[in-house]
Amino acid sequence: MINAATSTPGMLKEPSGSAVRFYAVWLIAAVALILLPLLFSSGGSLTSFSLIGIAIIFALSYNILLGQTGLLSFGHAVHYGLGGFLAVHMMNAVASHDWPIPLPFIPLFGGLGGLAFAILVGWVMTKRAGTVFAMISLGIGELVASSSLILRSVFGGESGITTDRTALPHMFGWSFGPQIQVYYLIAFWVMVSAIAMYALTRTPLGRICNAVRDNPERVQFIGYDPHVVRYLAYGFAGFFAGIAGGLTAINFEIANSAYLGATQSGLVLFSAFIGGTAYFFGPVLGAILVTYLQLGLTNLTTVWQLYFGIIFIGIVMFAPSGIAGLLMMHRPLIRVGTLRTVIPSYLVAVIPTLVLAFGVILTIETVAHMSAGDSNTIELVGISLDPRAPVNWAVAAVLLVGGYFMSRITWRRIAEAWDRAATVARDRGYLA
Amino acid sequence: MLELIVISTLNGVLFGMLLFLLSSGLTVIFSMMGVLNFAHASFYMLGAFFGYQLTKWIGFWPALVIAPLLVGAVGMAVERYGLRNTHKHGHVAELLLTFGLAFAIEEIVSMIWGKSPVDYRVPALLDFPAFTVFSTNYPAYKIFMLVVSVAIFVALLLVLRRTRIGLIVQAALTHPAMVGHLGHNVGRVFMLVFGVGSALAGLAGVIAGPSLVTQSDMAALLGPILFVVIVFGGLGSLPGAFIASLLIGLVQTFAVALNGSLASAFGPLDPSLGPSPLTDVWNVTIAQIAPILPYVLLVLILIVRPMGLLGTRET
Repeated sequence: MINAATSTPGMLKEPSGSAVRFYAVWLIAAVALILLPLLFSSGGSLTSFSLIGIAIIFALSYNILLGQTGLLSFGHAVHYGLGGFLAVHMMNAVASHDWPIPLPFIPLFGGLGGLAFAILVGWVMTKRAGTVFAMISLGIGELVASSSLILRSVFGGESGITTDRTALPHMFGWSFGPQIQVYYLIAFWVMVSAIAMYALTRTPLGRICNAVRDNPERVQFIGYDPHVVRYLAYGFAGFFAGIAGGLTAINFEIANSAYLGATQSGLVLFSAFIGGTAYFFGPVLGAILVTYLQLGLTNLTTVWQLYFGIIFIGIVMFAPSGIAGLLMMHRPLIRVGTLRTVIPSYLVAVIPTLVLAFGVILTIETVAHMSAGDSNTIELVGISLDPRAPVNWAVAAVLLVGGYFMSRITWRRIAEAWDRAATVARDRGYLA
Repeated sequence: MLELIVISTLNGVLFGMLLFLLSSGLTVIFSMMGVLNFAHASFYMLGAFFGYQLTKWIGFWPALVIAPLLVGAVGMAVERYGLRNTHKHGHVAELLLTFGLAFAIEEIVSMIWGKSPVDYRVPALLDFPAFTVFSTNYPAYKIFMLVVSVAIFVALLLVLRRTRIGLIVQAALTHPAMVGHLGHNVGRVFMLVFGVGSALAGLAGVIAGPSLVTQSDMAALLGPILFVVIVFGGLGSLPGAFIASLLIGLVQTFAVALNGSLASAFGPLDPSLGPSPLTDVWNVTIAQIAPILPYVLLVLILIVRPMGLLGTRET
C-alpha cells in the first residue's frame, strides 16, 4: 500500500531560507488565532474554537509521551483532570481570600497539579516502557478515576465542583465573563504552550527522548539512564496536560470526575494518533479534526463514536503515520516535481472511495435505525431513505461491496503511480 | 460471619475462575505474539450478547456451544485480516488496533442491543437453589458456572501439557522463530491460538451473562481488571495468571461483602471537623473501595516486584 513509502520521511536536502519560513509559520498561526473570532463571531463557533484550542494543548502534551518518547499512555486524562480540579479549587480560594491572582495565571496552577501527580507516580510508571507502561498507565488511570468518586470533599462526587471565573481579580479591565475573552485567554495559552513544547523538542532533552524511543539500550551505552529521561518527559507531559485541564475548568467553570476518565484518555490518544505522532503539528491537526467531528457528528447521528472507532482503525491499519504523515510524504514529490504524475490516479480513486464511504455510512445508519426501532428516514446528502425498505438494504449492500472492490483497484493504481514518482525522487536524492 | 466466609469464598473462586478463562487466553496470545489484546474483554462481551440472542432463538444449550464458536471465528478474522497486516508497523500499532477494535465493538453492541442491560436469564433447568448454607440459598447456576470453568481449566492444562499441539504452542511461546524453522506454520498457529483464546473469552461471556449483568459497558468494566490480573501474575506466565485471577477474584468478592469502615472500627470523627478528605477516608466502607482494590494491588506489586508474581521476562 501507500504507507510503504512513509516510513522514511528524512529529507536529505534542506532549502535555504528555512529560518524565515519557520518564524513565518508561527506568526501566521498567531495571526490566525487572533483573527478567527472576527471572521466567525457566532457564539457556537467561539465555543468550538475554545474547545479546539484546549484539545490542541492536550494532544500536544500527549505527543511528548507517544510521539517523542515512545510511551503509549492510556491514562493521560488523569493529569488533565487533576489539573482541572486544582485550577477550580485555586479559583475558589482566590475568590474567597481575595488573593491578587488574576484569571490568566490559573492554568499555570492546573499545570502544576498535573506536574505534581506526574512527579508522584511517574518514577514507578516509567521504570519500563512499552506494553508494561501502557498497562500501568491504564491501571493508574482507573485508580484515580475510581478514587475521585470516594474522596467527595475534594472531587465533589458525581456532580463535580463549580466555580465562578468572573469572581477573580480582573486583568486589563477584562472580567472574562464573555466567551470571546475566554477564547483569547485560551488562544494565548495555546500559543505559549505550543511554542514551549516545540522548543522542548529542540533541546538536548528532547533529542535524547527521541533516542530513548528508538533505542534505549544505546542511550544507556552513551551514559544516560532511559528511566530518568522517560520520567522527565512524563513530568513535562503531565504539566502541559494540567494546563489544558485548567483551561477546561475556566471554560466550563466546573471540574468533575469525567475529566479524569478513560473516555477522555481515549479521545486524546485518538487525536494524537489520527493527526500523526511523527510530526510536531500532527496532534494539532488531529485535535482540530476530532473535536470538530465530535461537535459536528453528535447532531447528525446517534452512533458518532462508532465512526470515530472506524476512522481510528483505518488510520492504524493503512496510515500509521496519521494525517500529518500522509501530507508530509508528498513533500519530496513536490520538490522533485513528480507530484502531477500521481494526481490523476488520486482523482480516479475519489469516486469509488466516496461510494465505499457512503456504503459504510448507509449500512451503519440502517442497522442503527432498525435496532433502535426508529422509523425516521435516513437523511444522507439530501436523499431520504427508509431504513425498513428492502430497496435501501440492497442499495447499501451494492454500495458497500461494489465500492470496496472498485476502490481496491483504484488504490492499487495509486500505489503504482506513487512508486514510480517516489523512485524518481529517490534517484535525485530527495527521499532516503 | 462463617456464612459470609463460605459464600464469599465460593463466589470469589467462581469470579476468579471466570477471570482465568479470560486471562489464560490473553496470556497465551501475549506470550506468543507479543500483542496485548485490548479487545479481549470485548470478545467476552460479544460472547454474552451472542449467547443472549441465540438463547432467544434456539435455547441456552445450543447457544452455549455455538456462541463461543462464533466469537472464535470473529477472533480469527481479527487476527488474519487485522493484526497480521498491522504487524509490520510494530507492537504499538497492534495494541492500538485492538484498542480501536474494543472501542468499535462496544459501540456496535450498544447500537444493536441498546445501552441498557438485556434480559439474559438463567436457563430454567438450572434455576433452583443447589444447597442452603446457614440461611443463604446458593443457586445451582453458579455451581454450573464453576463446573464449566474448572472443566475448561483442566482441559486447557491437558491440551497444553499432554498433546502435540500444546507442545508446539509452548515452544512458540519462547522460541517462535525456532518453531517456524522446524516447519510449523507459525502464522496458522497464531491464528488458531487467537481464535481459541477469543472463543474461551466468549464462553466466559455466555456463562457469566445470566449471572452478572449483560450490558454494553461490561467489557469496559472488566477489561482493566483483566490487565491488572496478567500484569500482577507476571506477563506471559500462565501459572501466574491463575494465581492472580483467584487472588483478585477473592479479594474483590470479600471486599464487596464487607461493610466495615474506619468509622465503624474506631468510632465516628468529631463532627465539628467538617467535611475533608480525612472524613471521606474515615467513613468509606470496604465495599465502596472494592473497585479500586485491584489497582492498588497493581501499584503495590509494581513497587515490590516489577516483573509480577511469577513473571520472568523484562519486556
